[in-house]
Amino acid sequence: MTTSLLISTRKGLFVAEAKGKSYAIDRGHFVGDNLSLAMADPRDGTWYAALDHGHFGVKLHRSDDRGATWEEIATPAYPPQPEGDVQKNYFGLELKWSTSLVWSLAPALDAEGALWCGTIPGGLFRSEDRGASWQLVEPLWFHPDRSKWGGGGRDHAGIHSICVDPRDPKTVAVAVSTGGIWRTRDAGASWTNTAHGMRAEYVPPELVHDGNSQDVHCLVQCAATPTTFWVQHHNGIFVSTDDMATWTELEHAEPSRFGFAVVVDPADPNTAWFVPAIKDEKRIPVDGKIVVTRTRDGGKTFDVLSRGLPDAFAYDLVYRHAFARASDGTLAFGSTTGNLFVSNDDGESWAVVSNYLPPVYAVAFAG
Amino acid sequence: MPTVVFTQNLRRHIDCPDRAVEADTVAAALAEVFEANPRLRSYVLDDQGALRHHMLVFVDGEPITDRAKLSDPVRSTSELYVMQALSGG
Repeated sequence: MTTSLLISTRKGLFVAEAKGKSYAIDRGHFVGDNLSLAMADPRDGTWYAALDHGHFGVKLHRSDDRGATWEEIATPAYPPQPEGDVQKNYFGLELKWSTSLVWSLAPALDAEGALWCGTIPGGLFRSEDRGASWQLVEPLWFHPDRSKWGGGGRDHAGIHSICVDPRDPKTVAVAVSTGGIWRTRDAGASWTNTAHGMRAEYVPPELVHDGNSQDVHCLVQCAATPTTFWVQHHNGIFVSTDDMATWTELEHAEPSRFGFAVVVDPADPNTAWFVPAIKDEKRIPVDGKIVVTRTRDGGKTFDVLSRGLPDAFAYDLVYRHAFARASDGTLAFGSTTGNLFVSNDDGESWAVVSNYLPPVYAVAFAG
Repeated sequence: MPTVVFTQNLRRHIDCPDRAVEADTVAAALAEVFEANPRLRSYVLDDQGALRHHMLVFVDGEPITDRAKLSDPVRSTSELYVMQALSGG
């Protein structure tokens, strides 16, 4: 079985196949439609695609034959909102119980065919039947702290990262923009915020270290050393080596600590990659030059990797789901400008797969 | 009988031919269509059963006023058009 790269864009899902040391785009699905992400389930090879039709809402599709055919499946839907209930988020915006985006999708490893799905406006859902039906994870949705969540770039909060613990599949950490990190140790029955100790520089002083105020852009967990987590945060990079008991902010990642995506080496907790940008008010590469930063020593130092990447007048941003690593170590990232790059030497050098894609929202490898 | 007509743009995603229904409100008219075509419901209504934010329903040339409960009346000769709102375009 070859490895495919699933590229979710503003105008379709494109599939690139391994070709020598690089990848070549081979076909498109849902061409013209907007995809927020796609996921290949390593357990059974099923592909899932999350479409955002705008006027017509978000929809999930599933393929059992690597994209040859697709079937629309259920989309996570919220239960009836209590009559007369007017809910507002932390910033005072009215919040309707209705899925506006599928923002994360992951295998739930404690049961065959089970899935986790994170949405905007902040609900986590679980399916026991490969997406044929979904149930809202009520203990998190009804947690009183949810009233302290707010939108990060969108009107309402959303769950964008799901880390199923390799030690125990009933232990799951999810990250919320904006609402910090929440972990369950009982498959969703109870939840604890584990973002305390991070630092948010965009809130009043009283909230700087509050767990719910942390705008985590992306959370990843090392498979071989699952006590290590890496976070690309709105105002920096954080690492925890003690199972999220404490967080360390890494203040010296040049050229910038701002970004959305992070990838961790599944075999080495000290190695992680980022794609930095000028911080939030601009969101473009520093000096118009796309680089990848990599640490191999747990964040003490960062290498700036640029070979093969545009070195001037480039204004690409790499979103949180648009950077991925294959099981053979290949790295890939796609940008808002429609560029797609791969590296098979740990990021030292990069090859162009395409300069002509629509804006890329997510990339994922399918083994 | 009232007739329900769906925008061509929606037909790109899901088959939804014109359909005559027996109903005296927009809610009842759409419910009858969705009973025969359950997947269509989520393309038109949100999770709470309200008209999606960027969708419109016209009854005899007038946009409906009750987007939450769809209680606007329809007559036996009414034509309902389910459209995209330009606001979402």
